[in-house]
Amino acid sequence: MSKRRNDIILTAVLLLAAVAGLLLFKTLSRQGDFAVVLINGEETARFPLDTDTEFVIETDGGVNTLVIADGKAYIKEANCPDGICVDHTPISRIGETITCLPHGVVVTVKSEKASDTGLDMVA
Amino acid sequence: MNNRVKRITFIGVISAVAVILSYIEMLLPPIYSAVPGIKVGLPNIVIIVLLYKYGAGSAAAASFIRLIIMALLFNPSTFIYSLAGAALSLTVMALLKKTDKFSTVGVSVAGGVMHNLGQILVAMLLLETAEIGYYMFILAISGTLAGVFIGIAGAFLTERLKKY
Repeated sequence: MSKRRNDIILTAVLLLAAVAGLLLFKTLSRQGDFAVVLINGEETARFPLDTDTEFVIETDGGVNTLVIADGKAYIKEANCPDGICVDHTPISRIGETITCLPHGVVVTVKSEKASDTGLDMVA
Repeated sequence: MNNRVKRITFIGVISAVAVILSYIEMLLPPIYSAVPGIKVGLPNIVIIVLLYKYGAGSAAAASFIRLIIMALLFNPSTFIYSLAGAALSLTVMALLKKTDKFSTVGVSVAGGVMHNLGQILVAMLLLETAEIGYYMFILAISGTLAGVFIGIAGAFLTERLKKY
């Protein structure tokens, strides 16, 4: 019986912490200005979110087609095996990220100030 | 039957079932496409059975065999993420089981969340991008809920398989 109580406490604490963290992130994050393309952690391109454009990200692993439209960034096409990046909903808030693990590609939203991540991720 | 042979056979069968469960999970549509990595973690049902029947070493063996086979058959590029997730998850599950303070549900909840955490940590490290850390909040929610389900299923199966 006490095992079940411990189970419930553990589950509740994890859920509460996660929901609190998520709410905190949602309230603190603001609309970003740039979509930044990182390949294996290195910035290779950045695009202002207020200008519609299309860009093919080429890596050793393959290609991902990044689209900027209506102030949001998303991946239209990719030849990676899982296609998770293509399924991802468009991003526009600071810190939001689309990741393509097979190609090592990360597209993340940043603001004008390079240091401003919208939320201190370490905190 | 010889106990050692029985254990090895059991690990083999569980590994095979775990591969099938991985495959089934792969065929399912993404649960919430805005965040990659949300899944039920079906293979963990049988890994838990093994953990309770023969201990952490056997569970680790089956888990590793599953990862290798899945990488060879389908997608080797994400092997390192799966490995990190599975290793962290199994370590924490084994430790929690040892404390004897939680049932299979608590153990599997921790396992689910740790699996996600391991993957996110490796992704942050390899991609040198701290930003994707925010996924962890959503993954912690889904991992916990999935863990409850897997824990209940695992407990059922462990009970049923006791006599074999």
